[in-house]
Amino acid sequence: MDLTLSESELVFRDQLRAWLAANDPGREPAGDEPAFAFRRAWQQQLHAAGWAGVSWPAEYGGRGATLIEQAIYNEEIVRAKAPQAANVLGLAMGGPTVIAHGTEEQRRRYLPPILSADEIWCQGFSEPDSGSDLASVKTRASRYGDEWVVTGQKVWTTYAHHAKWCMLVARTDGDAAKHQGLTYFLMDMEQDAVQVRPLVQITGEAEFNELFIEEARIPQENIIGGEGNGWAVAITTLMHERATLAFGLQVSVQIALAELIETAQGSRANGHMASEDPVIRQRLAQLLIEAEVLRLNAYRGLTAIMRQGIPGPEGSLGKWQWSDVNQSLTELAMDIAGPRAMLADHEWTYRFLRARANSIEGGTTEILKNIVAERVLGLPRMR
Amino acid sequence: MNFDFTDDQRAIKRTAHDFLAARYPLGAVRMLAADDRGFTEEQWGELAGLGWTGLVVPEADGGLGLGAVELVVIQEELGYALAPSPFFSSVGATLLLVAAGTEAQRERWLGPLASGEARGAIALWDDYAGWSPDHSEVEASGGTLTATKIAVADAAAADVLVVAGADGRHYLVDPGDPGVAMTAARALDPTRKLYTVVLDRVAAEPLALEPGRISHAYHTIVTALAAESVGVAQRAMEMAVAYAKERKQFGRPIGAYQAVSHRCAQMLLEVEGARSLTYWAGWALDHEPDAAARAASMAKAYASDAGFRVTASALQVHGGIGFTWEHDLHFFLKRAKANAHAFGDARWHRDRVADLAGV
Repeated sequence: MDLTLSESELVFRDQLRAWLAANDPGREPAGDEPAFAFRRAWQQQLHAAGWAGVSWPAEYGGRGATLIEQAIYNEEIVRAKAPQAANVLGLAMGGPTVIAHGTEEQRRRYLPPILSADEIWCQGFSEPDSGSDLASVKTRASRYGDEWVVTGQKVWTTYAHHAKWCMLVARTDGDAAKHQGLTYFLMDMEQDAVQVRPLVQITGEAEFNELFIEEARIPQENIIGGEGNGWAVAITTLMHERATLAFGLQVSVQIALAELIETAQGSRANGHMASEDPVIRQRLAQLLIEAEVLRLNAYRGLTAIMRQGIPGPEGSLGKWQWSDVNQSLTELAMDIAGPRAMLADHEWTYRFLRARANSIEGGTTEILKNIVAERVLGLPRMR
Repeated sequence: MNFDFTDDQRAIKRTAHDFLAARYPLGAVRMLAADDRGFTEEQWGELAGLGWTGLVVPEADGGLGLGAVELVVIQEELGYALAPSPFFSSVGATLLLVAAGTEAQRERWLGPLASGEARGAIALWDDYAGWSPDHSEVEASGGTLTATKIAVADAAAADVLVVAGADGRHYLVDPGDPGVAMTAARALDPTRKLYTVVLDRVAAEPLALEPGRISHAYHTIVTALAAESVGVAQRAMEMAVAYAKERKQFGRPIGAYQAVSHRCAQMLLEVEGARSLTYWAGWALDHEPDAAARAASMAKAYASDAGFRVTASALQVHGGIGFTWEHDLHFFLKRAKANAHAFGDARWHRDRVADLAGV
């Protein structure tokens, strides 16, 4: 057991840390368009210095980073409070999927503009009637010669209004078994048959969109991984970098917790500082402990992947536990705020509301519990 | 970066697991639970033969000089087997002697403790004083101690008692001294024997005043106890999962119902969290002393809660049969609950975590 970084890992970390310190892009401007332009410029800056797509092989413009280096990268980016790269879905999901399942021609075509943020990617998986049960998607694609015609509706598509390409899972064979009639397409978003409508969430913001697809055209060569193989390709997209993304999540919790402790130490309520209240101290301590569990489980998960090639049981727990912790943390922040919690412009109100989605997005807690129960503990399937 | 045991540590774990499975089937645990003494000299000799009693004693003092990680490995397996043994108590006393024994005390005790010829126990808690030694009412005067200590584990098996005084001082007391009165207590957990120990002007030799080293010993002790709870919870979870696969109601295994399967998934979350913290604490005790206090209290707080919750949840999965004396589950619940309270409960350790984080 050794929880320290090796010489070369320390060098990697220090290089990145130094680069981030010297290239602070400043604060993100308000408003969707300015914020997006800022994120695109930031990604171009990362790319020029070789810090975009670090997990990708060097021959496709990446850095060929090891799993630990990827973990360090995610930790350091969050620690530096760096902005999100504009093409986050292309970098974290689309690129790795094309690398894993695409043809050499597809890799040469799609990968460079992902890295440079010239072509933004979005994800067309969920539908109004297909949330947790992703394989039940109803969006249909029918083939006419060398072209596919697609009709359907997608929801929760981040960045759809900026995107050039949509990772689209559609049903291509209505007679095949549920998981076998699906195909994974790259759909060009720049066509009138695709309409994007922002979806306003409980925070009042619109991070996501709905897609209305009415006879959109997709050329045959835009299929990734072959016709009827969409489920396997989609799983790659979903699984990719989950283990190393856990590092970014746990660091974001550590940062939020440090802010919350500072808030508690500076908040006078009922005649004393919130941090002196024994119940609040207990809850802060419990969060410190659970944040540590997140960090340690992320390391254990990585060790298991390096040793066995597959994530260990703790790998399936990370996202579930993170959502629990982040929700508890923001709930405690509201309690510390006292009467100010009722004001929508209080700094923690947004985070409190946004955290409600944590146990839904990227796999609901209920689905994650099913996965743990069935695949880790071997309990019988309900379905 | 590698969050995994070394080959040697894996070998220790495998040996411990196989040995304990062979020697402590639950039928044997049940018999020892009903027995006043709770272990046999033959069983003790076997543990000593494996080198466990000398694990934490430096090589120069006749031990193996291994670290906290190795102790964590063995303790987790002892918890998994629910093996009744004075091992943990004796190791605890040994750790305090290693930390703050005078030259003469080390000379006298560490060799025999390492070889297993002698056993130690810790007399720590006053009635009503809580977890912190700060409120102890022990009277020390003229080289003697007068005190009443409760819940002293394995006192009757001990050849030397380490008694906590007020102000963090610790003393060695001979349990055979006529001023020592020992009465067996009825323990919540019948697999660990507890005693009330009354000291009436008993001759007592102080350990050296080494608060830092004594604290480190206690961090090791609470980490070892957390590890035991991880093993206890792991076993209870396995029992619940096995039962949920086999027990049928309404025509299907109860584990097919999400009310049951999600409960089992929650057990895994808590067992793995407790395990991660405990392994980290073991590593920090050996390699990152600045983090050891925080890691040990985090491990003890989380494992205290997880140990109880997982065993209680396993009982719920078993339904009525789990509430019977005949079923073995209650022994795990009782050990987990007793461990949750020994050496500081979750609330006390969370308070320490808050202090150490500067809250």
